[in-house]
Amino acid sequence: MSAESSGNGSGTPVGDGGPARVGFFTDTSVCIGCKACEVACKEWNAIPEDGLDFTSMSFDNSGGLGADTWRHVAFVEQREPLGFQDPGVGRPGAGTVDLGMPSFELPGAGTGADGRGEFRWLMSSDVCKHCTSAACLDVCPTGALFRTEFGTVVVQEDICNGCGYCVPACPYGVIDKREDDGRVWKCTLCYDRIGDGLEPACAKACPTDSIQFGDLDELRERAERRVADLREAGVSSARLYGEDPGNGVDGAGAFFLLLDEPEVYGLPPDPVVTTRDLASMWAHAGVAATALLVGAVAAFAGRR
Amino acid sequence: MGVRTWIESWPVYRQLTGEDRLGLGAAAKSDRTEDLRARTEEADRVVKSVCPYCAVGCAQNVYVKDEKVVQIEGDPDSPVSRGRLCPKGSASLQLTTGSARQERVLYRRPYGTEWEEIDLDTAMRMVAHRVVRTRNETWQEESEGRRVARTLGIASLGGATLDNEENYLIKKLLTALGVVQVENQARVCHSSTVAGLGTSFGRGGATMFLQDLQNSDCIVIEGSNFAEAHPVGFQWVMEAKARGAVVIHVDPRFSRTSALADLHVPIRAGTDIAFLGAIINHVLTEEKYFRDYVLAFTNAAMIVGEDFRDTEDLDGLFSGFSEEDGSYDASTWAYDGVEVAAASGNRDQLYEERLRQNLGTRKSGRPEQQGSGGAVIRNAPREDPTLTDPRCVFQILKRHYARYTPEMVEEVCGIPRETFQRVCDHLTENSGRDRTSAFCYAVGWTQHSVGSQYIRAASILQLLLGNIGRPGGGIQALRGHASIQGSSDVPTLFDLLPGYLPMPHAHEEQDLETYVLAVGHPRKGFWAEMESYMVSLLKAWWGEHATAENGYCFDHIPRLTGSHSHYDTVMAQIAGECKGYFLMGENPAVGSANSRAQRMGMAELDWLVVRDFSLIESATWWKDGPEIESGEKRTEEIGTEVFFFPAAAHTEKSGTFTNTNRLLQWHDRAVTPSGDRRSDLWFMYHLGRIIREVLADSDDPKDRPVLDLTWDYPLEEGDEPDAAAVLREINGHDAEGRPLSAYTELRDDGSTSCGCWIYCGVFRDGVNQAARRKPHTEQDWIAAEWAWAWPDNRRVLYNRASADENGEPWSPRKSLVWWDAEKGAWTGHDTPDFERGKAPDYRPDEGVEGVAALTGTDAFIMQADGRGWLYAPAGLNDGPMPTHYEPQDTPFANPLYGHQRNPTRLTYPHEYNPYHPDPGSPGADVYPYVVTTYRLTEHFTAGGMSRWTPYLAELQPEFFCEVGPELAEERGLEHGGWATIVTARNAIEARVLVTDRMAPLRVQGRVVHQIGMPYHWGPNGYSTGDAANELMSIVLDPNVHIQEVKALTADIRPGRRPRGPERLRLVREYRERAGITEQTGLEV
Repeated sequence: MSAESSGNGSGTPVGDGGPARVGFFTDTSVCIGCKACEVACKEWNAIPEDGLDFTSMSFDNSGGLGADTWRHVAFVEQREPLGFQDPGVGRPGAGTVDLGMPSFELPGAGTGADGRGEFRWLMSSDVCKHCTSAACLDVCPTGALFRTEFGTVVVQEDICNGCGYCVPACPYGVIDKREDDGRVWKCTLCYDRIGDGLEPACAKACPTDSIQFGDLDELRERAERRVADLREAGVSSARLYGEDPGNGVDGAGAFFLLLDEPEVYGLPPDPVVTTRDLASMWAHAGVAATALLVGAVAAFAGRR
Repeated sequence: MGVRTWIESWPVYRQLTGEDRLGLGAAAKSDRTEDLRARTEEADRVVKSVCPYCAVGCAQNVYVKDEKVVQIEGDPDSPVSRGRLCPKGSASLQLTTGSARQERVLYRRPYGTEWEEIDLDTAMRMVAHRVVRTRNETWQEESEGRRVARTLGIASLGGATLDNEENYLIKKLLTALGVVQVENQARVCHSSTVAGLGTSFGRGGATMFLQDLQNSDCIVIEGSNFAEAHPVGFQWVMEAKARGAVVIHVDPRFSRTSALADLHVPIRAGTDIAFLGAIINHVLTEEKYFRDYVLAFTNAAMIVGEDFRDTEDLDGLFSGFSEEDGSYDASTWAYDGVEVAAASGNRDQLYEERLRQNLGTRKSGRPEQQGSGGAVIRNAPREDPTLTDPRCVFQILKRHYARYTPEMVEEVCGIPRETFQRVCDHLTENSGRDRTSAFCYAVGWTQHSVGSQYIRAASILQLLLGNIGRPGGGIQALRGHASIQGSSDVPTLFDLLPGYLPMPHAHEEQDLETYVLAVGHPRKGFWAEMESYMVSLLKAWWGEHATAENGYCFDHIPRLTGSHSHYDTVMAQIAGECKGYFLMGENPAVGSANSRAQRMGMAELDWLVVRDFSLIESATWWKDGPEIESGEKRTEEIGTEVFFFPAAAHTEKSGTFTNTNRLLQWHDRAVTPSGDRRSDLWFMYHLGRIIREVLADSDDPKDRPVLDLTWDYPLEEGDEPDAAAVLREINGHDAEGRPLSAYTELRDDGSTSCGCWIYCGVFRDGVNQAARRKPHTEQDWIAAEWAWAWPDNRRVLYNRASADENGEPWSPRKSLVWWDAEKGAWTGHDTPDFERGKAPDYRPDEGVEGVAALTGTDAFIMQADGRGWLYAPAGLNDGPMPTHYEPQDTPFANPLYGHQRNPTRLTYPHEYNPYHPDPGSPGADVYPYVVTTYRLTEHFTAGGMSRWTPYLAELQPEFFCEVGPELAEERGLEHGGWATIVTARNAIEARVLVTDRMAPLRVQGRVVHQIGMPYHWGPNGYSTGDAANELMSIVLDPNVHIQEVKALTADIRPGRRPRGPERLRLVREYRERAGITEQTGLEV
């Protein structure tokens, strides 16, 4: 049994004697935002193209993960003066302090002060986290979602009836219903490929190896080394996201190296499996029901 | 199924009886899930291929099941790509099997309003008939009293996306037909690379290869959007970075390349020579150059003739300028007492007269012949090894760049002094005996009216720093089409024959002897053997008909009389002189500068043949082009007959692509194309076959070249010519038909035949070397057994320079090849780019010429003096040293010289092609902003292979422009809204991205805003938008006729552009306000 255990019953990540648990390590510090992952994923899984929407969110026109986008590259433009330029015109709206938090303002309409360092354009390829404790799996009433022998979480398209319980259950907002078909879809970590000893399509295509696939334990070690290297090289903001088995989902099967707070990339800072309290909720509900029952019985008994 | 099995297969039963009591794992597995297999594992076969998009040349595995392609993935064995693919490569399954591809031939009759379907055979016969008819009607036996034997009535464009074998047949057939206007994307993308690198080093290809970037200590990316345009190649920059290299990106905008760089340096578009010139000045004055290297391998010590005058003396002109025709007589640039065969040639009196009439070779693209043979000089120059003689190259260079100071950089480029200093420090600290730096560039450098000189500037700098021919050092020319290097090597270019042999010129090259006298006979180097290369080519084309008596059919080649480049052809079409046009995988209606002029030209044609995947803009302009919308043209009044032939995809044909580093990679046919889809090899072969049948009984001498042509290729399934047979012809054979192994085996006595001398060896030992696929994991980092690179499988050019004068590596850390005294041979990791047995101390006897005249230290073996050229005493039309000139359309005066712009640039004044007013003149501020264009990762060139591909189109669904917040505020532009961009040529609309990635710069005391625009769009396809090329003017580099589209000016205003005739009215109103006439902008 691998290090993680499921505290709430969301499948058993990997059984004895089975293959090692696998996952993704996405090192965003080398991501070039090319979106090869998005396309390779679509080609392999024959995912429908989902419309021509010019979002004007930097170079992101996919918007986010969804039923038809199983890999999504986020683009974050962080406002700083470029290359020590001081054109002497002042930046519009200068004067307030930018806390570096994501905002709903249009790029360029915000604020910024000169001389605070370099401009950054962060890029990061997001994907289903294949949580150790997966709420989608816990709430699925049909058995469409299941935990594979590789410790990944997969929807079976022939079983899913489109009830949609899993959609609000996901703490990352990953799993999504395809409108014209009614069923839910998400990354399978290329279950069909890894079963044949291949790596997932996105990891295989990634030109700079930003997306790495492998045994989860080994990936975690590699990621720790990479963070240490980056910090040593002066990138003090490097940190891992989602790898910790002690986090709210008991460790993600797909984790990330980020260069800023997760919120900046549109990732929840401290996600918790939404079924964490399910057992105690049922217990409380049971107590309440019993109490009601006892009360009701007592009431009738009292009339006698 | 038994009852028991049935019950046991029930999930609930499995849950209750198995280990998975919660029913969340194995118990929940459905039968379908249980049976899932990767479709790649179930394929009937895996076919080895190469990605058809950019020129990185990523290897692909094509999986075929039931004769259908079911998956395309990267081939992990490739040393170049290591199995990775960018979004375009990843979308190649959809590209090749998607529904966007046409399957049937379409025909538009003259004045017709709709397409009609006709069958393929009929269409082929109709096209053959049109070719024969137009050729007869427009045949020119003589021009100006000289035999030319050609037609200017037919032109062809396209080849960079095609296989080498296809380019070979296009050039071979059309040349035999007397068609000289044969061009391809290489003209408009990288022709200036050939002139720039060729003049500097002797060959026009990138000096290094992609994997070698991992050895760099500093990588300067300038004039390139490397990470976006060549993502998989960029992995080698990331490798270098992981090893501690510094990555610098110099670019007008902050792109995805800048995001990964250690330092981004914003620069005003069109000012790179000022920037590079200042680094040269810094290196010279601070004595940061690699002196031993410079003395051993460059021409720093050569003495230049006393009549030479620099731009410092003549306010921006070199000596020899003629105001009358705007060209140079370059004779005063030569080394002292040395005869040159100048790029512009000037050896007979008649020729002098022609020159005055603009008919000379000056406009014949001659500098492009240096693609594999440096400019010709004929005797030994004098040298001053102390580098102190005031007339030595070193001192001249010093004086030329003395005023290119950090202050001037700030004034011209808008780069602060401190930033400039940082770049200088990184570069010089990472160059020298123990460290090397690389420059990577692409069309951000090439597409300027001084494009060739941009490349020269980097060449000079890299020579001074000792970074050429050494691991991790060099100049990486990043090309953007699968075989755009190949379509220069096996050229579908008007000025070249295969292997950079120049097309003969009518005025001085009437027979083989005078041709060789005019363009060959350098004092030193392998170009001295060019007659062998030429005769072998003639033998390949005309076989037994080519004999010593008839000059090996040299007269079968039509003659040039000036420029017949892509843009000259367009002007000839507008003028009604060029009547028939082949477009093969190229989309000039949106992809070439001044798209409107392109379409206006097409509207004057008798016939047009378009071969492509989908109905691109160049195929449909007659029914839905912008001129139809504006009412300028009516479909019913356009007489052009249009044939659309659906093309085969890379998976449907065999052949070789030559990648950006001269690497020929063979791809196998995976499936046969369906419907009327055919390869260009099929098209050219059968077109030639039909034309030869039609002309079979002709006794007209002009038909002899066609009828004498060797045109007999074995046919495979579907009557597809055997591409390997074509490659064998390109490789060449001896008199007994045995394949040749190297170009050194070629002879000038007619005993050898070779279709492209630099590709000789690709079929060494009768084995297709380009098809070699030994995994990189089983080889060293050079991976010499993966495919085959020209020349002679050498991966780093001029690698003799990786060792010092005595043949020892400059440092153990940077060893590549070295002299093994014991064995008496050069050895090392790479194939030596040097005669194997020539010792470092070899010095030729007095009077020896040619190859034998190369000394043991002449690392640049194609150069006529064996040296890398800091100063080009010959070979270029616009000067021996790069000089900063402003772009044609610019908001700023040139602070360095009175002469503002490249005085020799080629302008094309025409009502369709007006230029903007000079800075400072009335009306100049009507177009106040600087515009530059670029590629996005998600799209490909003019969009023909991406806008129709949904997986790519959805990633960048609309044409947009990028502006900084300051400009947005100044002009009231709304993020996500629309803007109209206006030049004197046209007005287009684009969505607006307001972004800090576009920084305003301070230039000459005032702020300048830059506007960025990707150029991938056009009105057809799935993702549509206006074409950025509508805005461009046709103004060309004088060496190779490349257009200036990377720096121009425009105005921008909020809102969508007007529709219909109002669009023209808006453009006209701007022109009137700026006071533009046909003479505007023509000043020297």
